Amino acid sequence: MTTITIGTKLPELTLPPISRTTLALYAGASGDHNPIHIDSDFAKKSGMPDVFAQGMLSMAYLGRLLTNWQPQSKLRKFGNKFSAITNLQDVITCSGEVVELLEINGEQCARVAIEACNQDNTKTLVGEALVAI
Amino acid sequence: MLDKSKIGHLFSSFTTDVEKGRLKFFAKSINETNPVYTDEVVAIAEGYKALPAPPTFAFSLDMEGPEFLPVIDLLNLNIAKILHGSQDFEYLGQIYAGDKITVSSKLKNIFDKKNGALEFVVMETSYSNQNNDLVAKANQTLVYRNA
Repeated sequence: MTTITIGTKLPELTLPPISRTTLALYAGASGDHNPIHIDSDFAKKSGMPDVFAQGMLSMAYLGRLLTNWQPQSKLRKFGNKFSAITNLQDVITCSGEVVELLEINGEQCARVAIEACNQDNTKTLVGEALVAI
Repeated sequence: MLDKSKIGHLFSSFTTDVEKGRLKFFAKSINETNPVYTDEVVAIAEGYKALPAPPTFAFSLDMEGPEFLPVIDLLNLNIAKILHGSQDFEYLGQIYAGDKITVSSKLKNIFDKKNGALEFVVMETSYSNQNNDLVAKANQTLVYRNA
């Protein structure tokens, strides 16, 4: 196994463009039926130009970034802020980098800075995870 | 301004089933390609007891209560003005297909910024399985746009 050190980068994950189908499937699968993400009439009535992606959809993508890198059984903490809206047709790329190695409750862990960006390099989610190594 | 006297409110806890088909649908909806999330044989070979729920799935259990987003009624919110500000999970165990998870949430804090134009609602949720093991904790911040 390759050594994990400060600066180790996680293999990036780029998703297909966000479509209305993406949002509809995620709404159904996640149980988040908030109409602002799936009903363009409702979104427009609410002052938005159109439906936009569920924040938790992109957080699930960040989860995939982490579990593609290390098994989920090693994930201790995972959090992020939602810093920008993800719109239809956006292409989201998830990336991460180890920023600290530390011991927590006698366990060696890596603190990983993670983010999701759209095609214009706008950060949509910014957060961090704690992964046992 | 939102009613700060509701800080500390305990939402009714509820118990919900983690269904295998639901986990597979969730995996499909996030373009998951790792077979550990869709194929039980692979999951068990990798050391899991059953199909594991992916890291953010706990949030979906929140939606399985008797009322969709009970904070909306409690604070009299307009759903169109809510944004998800932040979300954090702490993992103390693993949620699996077949589990019965009890979800308990508390309204932890309400504060505002920009002279009340934006209000923040912080909720803390814990997830326990059928063996009474606390498997995950979460903190969620909603941003409410008063403007």
